[in-house]
Amino acid sequence: MKNYKSTLRAVIFLAALILFLHPAAKAQGEFPARPEPQRLVNDFAGVLSGEQQAGLENKLVGFNQKTSTQIAIVIVKSLSGYDKADFAVKLSEKWGIGQKGKSNGILILVKPKVGQERGEVFVAVGYGLEAVVPDAVARQAIVGAELLPAFKQNDYYKGLDRSTDVLMSLTAGEYTADQYVNAVHKRKSKPGGFLIILIVLAVIFLAQRRSTAHGIGSGQGFLGTLLLMDLLGGNRGGGSWNDFSGGGSSGGDSFGGFGGGSFGGGGAGGSW
Amino acid sequence: MKRTGLIVLIVIAVLIFWGVSWGVSTGNKMVTMDEGVSASWSQVENVYQRRSDLIPNLVNTVKGYADFEKSTLTAVIEARAKATQITVDPTKLTPAAMQQFQQAQGGLSSALGRLMVVAEKYPELKANEGFLNLQAQLEGTENRITVERQKFNETARTYNTYIRQFPQMFIASMRNFEKKAYFEAEKGADKAPKVQF
Repeated sequence: MKNYKSTLRAVIFLAALILFLHPAAKAQGEFPARPEPQRLVNDFAGVLSGEQQAGLENKLVGFNQKTSTQIAIVIVKSLSGYDKADFAVKLSEKWGIGQKGKSNGILILVKPKVGQERGEVFVAVGYGLEAVVPDAVARQAIVGAELLPAFKQNDYYKGLDRSTDVLMSLTAGEYTADQYVNAVHKRKSKPGGFLIILIVLAVIFLAQRRSTAHGIGSGQGFLGTLLLMDLLGGNRGGGSWNDFSGGGSSGGDSFGGFGGGSFGGGGAGGSW
Repeated sequence: MKRTGLIVLIVIAVLIFWGVSWGVSTGNKMVTMDEGVSASWSQVENVYQRRSDLIPNLVNTVKGYADFEKSTLTAVIEARAKATQITVDPTKLTPAAMQQFQQAQGGLSSALGRLMVVAEKYPELKANEGFLNLQAQLEGTENRITVERQKFNETARTYNTYIRQFPQMFIASMRNFEKKAYFEAEKGADKAPKVQF
């Protein structure tokens, strides 16, 4: 029976280790964390009214459902010392805008003008859309013609509303809803994570039963549960199989979640 | 006693089987990671190639302006020729090869940077639609270069860490998996041209 004790001790040690390491693994750095529930329009600087945000969100979510293409808007207070292109690409990749494999995501990153500080904007285009939104088009038709003129007048909504219209018309024919449905379906029916958790659950359950039968205190059982909770929690944050949980499939207008698209530095930016 | 011998034999057989299958799967994982590094390397070469492909157009557009400084143009053409000569085999990503590659591409970066600075002095050129397009594409390409270099470094780092860790390092040396070189942080001369609009 000594074996069970040592196994249990190992499990407890592992649990403690994971708990200890967890905060470090979750640290987000300077980049804003992906919001829960996930949204396409994220105004961290408070330049859009609630109504304007909802309007843009509805439009972009509808477009996402029709075409699988994800156009996201992120407005930040500061670029934390990064170049705007660098910041936009890193943030898009971190959030995974666009579908995995298709990389059909676009991010409009805005840092509003505050006092003497220049305003910055960058439109990052995912790998899969570089052909329909080439850099020159992004620079002239989106940034130059729509975003900058409106932003200079302090009308953020107008610039974002119009530029997303242009981006939608440019990208509309590229991907279809089938791919969106497939992507969501795939994400929903990946059992791997559950299976592992079930096995861990079974092992811990068995070990615990044995140990309590042989007089080891229930304190360790608590730690075992913590380990279990941690595994469950960790998967919820990092795994892709649960991404869809943010938006119910029944609520027609809710956003299904970012798909894990990739970015290669395409797009263009400007400042004012 | 016979039974104990049998059990010991079975344990040894299981251990050997376990060891061999671990070795095989570790080796295979290294092959996959090595391929990943090669793939990111070819992405890096793609974006540099893309920049190189933009240059003839750029030179032609700029040449149209009769008084444009000849020396700046020749510098770009020469740097491009030098940069296209140097390619690196992704299976031989040694620090020396990497440095040579970076130096040649860095030379082209700074020549292009100078060209863009000089272009600022020509208002007509800056109003030319073709030039503006090229400028946007060039800027986009510089962004892509930054991104692909970072991605390459990340894949190379994951691979390097894996093959040098205990106990995988035994498999790595048995199967000749070597450490890949990284892109070094940019020094002054290697900086991408900053194009202000």
